[in-house]
Amino acid sequence: MPPRILELRQSLLEKNDQLARALRSRFLAAGLLAVNLVSSPGAGKTALLEVTLTRMRSQGWRVAALVGDLATTHDAQRLQRSGAPVRQIETGTLCHLEADLVARRLEGWSLDELDFLFVENVGNLVCPADYDLGESARVVLLAATEGEDKPRKYPPLFHSADLALITKMDLAAAVAFDSAAAVASLQAVAPHAAILETSARSGLGIDSWIDWLVDRRRQHEKTAPA
Amino acid sequence: MHELSIACNLVETADAAARTAGASRVRVVRLQIGAIAGIAEEALRFSFPIAAANTLLAQAELVVVPVPVQIYCAACDQPHTLEPPYVLRCPRCQSPANRLLHGRELQIESIEIEEKQEEKQELEDATAYP
Repeated sequence: MPPRILELRQSLLEKNDQLARALRSRFLAAGLLAVNLVSSPGAGKTALLEVTLTRMRSQGWRVAALVGDLATTHDAQRLQRSGAPVRQIETGTLCHLEADLVARRLEGWSLDELDFLFVENVGNLVCPADYDLGESARVVLLAATEGEDKPRKYPPLFHSADLALITKMDLAAAVAFDSAAAVASLQAVAPHAAILETSARSGLGIDSWIDWLVDRRRQHEKTAPA
Repeated sequence: MHELSIACNLVETADAAARTAGASRVRVVRLQIGAIAGIAEEALRFSFPIAAANTLLAQAELVVVPVPVQIYCAACDQPHTLEPPYVLRCPRCQSPANRLLHGRELQIESIEIEEKQEEKQELEDATAYP
């Protein structure tokens, strides 16, 4: 009997995609903007979130964060000082977050009582690109200390972002950071993405970043079911 | 390096589909992998037999169909295929390409299965032409 060919046409990540779609509808229904923060390790995701959570809370926004790391709860402890609800996701050996990990860690949180949920992904410029976490905005960080050509070296992750933040701008002069080259490199792989220069230490660009988030949430609300 | 977890998902999905179809084994799995999907084919090939052990895919051949990066240029009003290193700009008019048509595929296209009822079928074949 001849072998038979079955057409499947299924995503290799179908299980994750399904869970992510379910999360996205929950977030949308709750009027919550979920933001997936991705970057290499040490690009400043936690420092950015510390200042973002603190400042947004003082403006009356209801913010929360999930923080992914292979081990330790250091980042969650740092972020909890802002007063916002924060939970750590310890992935063990997993190099990226998956929708299932996010869904499980959200248990017990009332999403209706939140305006923004930040998900700090595991520091990694490769694997997180493929995993949808149900977010409505993906933000990639490129530190001024990292080298301007990182986006060209890791196109999938940078391409998947809606916004690119160039972080640690307070160190730009010390490392002879070439801002124009970094912007060109970002635009080469992610022409659709907005770009902002920030410094969690000096506060540069933080207001613009928060404006971007608030604006994004407003657009997102318009698409939410009535 | 998430190819092992991708390989596990692949085996799980293909094995389930093959079982539903009454297969005795899967001979070939055909995948589409985009050039900027973020998957290393070599690492996937290394992980595949580990993930496939003790499943219907244990002896299966993995066929990877690479999908090149293709963008749509609004200015030229036509698609263009890009060469690495990937700069998402129209290769003809240089305008930034906001629409990616292909290149991020991560898909199981098809599986080639052997069906269970082989013996029964052979018997029927034998009696069909006495």
